Amino acid sequence: MPNTRVRVPNTAKAGEVVEIRAMIMHPMENGFRVDSQGTAIPVHIITDFVCSYDGAEAFRVRLEPGLSANPTFSFFIRATQSGPVDFLWQDQDGTITKASASIEVT
Amino acid sequence: MSSRQLTRRVAVARLGAGCVLVALAPLCARGGETETMSVIRDTFGDVTPKTGRITLELPPLAESGNSVPLKVSIDSPMTEADHVHRVCIFANRNPRPLIATVIFTPQAGKATFSTTMRLSDTQDVIAIAEFSDGTIWTEQARVMVAVGACDTLQRRF
Repeated sequence: MPNTRVRVPNTAKAGEVVEIRAMIMHPMENGFRVDSQGTAIPVHIITDFVCSYDGAEAFRVRLEPGLSANPTFSFFIRATQSGPVDFLWQDQDGTITKASASIEVT
Repeated sequence: MSSRQLTRRVAVARLGAGCVLVALAPLCARGGETETMSVIRDTFGDVTPKTGRITLELPPLAESGNSVPLKVSIDSPMTEADHVHRVCIFANRNPRPLIATVIFTPQAGKATFSTTMRLSDTQDVIAIAEFSDGTIWTEQARVMVAVGACDTLQRRF
């Protein structure tokens, strides 16, 4: 199971724009590398990353092999109410990895 | 004597041709500016983006092309009526020019994100943003890459 790390502030003021960070451990093989035998390593990448806040999609990325290994994203959401912040990564085979955090709006 | 001169000429000509091929081979293997333009056209249609509203933060010199930090900030109030719909990042000499497509919603609050990408060579990084009102804006920045991601990754066997 890929290892993920997310950073969401625990609390925020209503209307505050907070920074979110999300990282997944993944090789993001770009298809141009070769192994020690000289055979090409096939492309193996995460294709989609979605961050939802309180059930609604807030930020989405379509990833390409041009992104570095262990793709990390830093972005912002506007905190309007207390709720879960859900993260979802989907790789090219359809494997889904999830992570979750929650934010308390005061 | 004449036959020997001819041989030398042929040899020089072949050497010249060989040098040209060697020089051109990496260019052929990589995507070019024209390929990038066609990918942009496929993504956004036949439009002429205006320059501005986007700030690209990139190192002027990257030691390794394997992980180049990128920060994109777009000037937008991010309201329901006026927000950034999507941003595409292109590197115009990468084998695959499209690096990522980012889709924002008004919930994002601020049209800013950062990540790390791979660059094969010294080249221009282009960001193109489509706003909710349909306007398209662009910005580009040049990055010098000391060791490209492809230099260490190309098939050498």
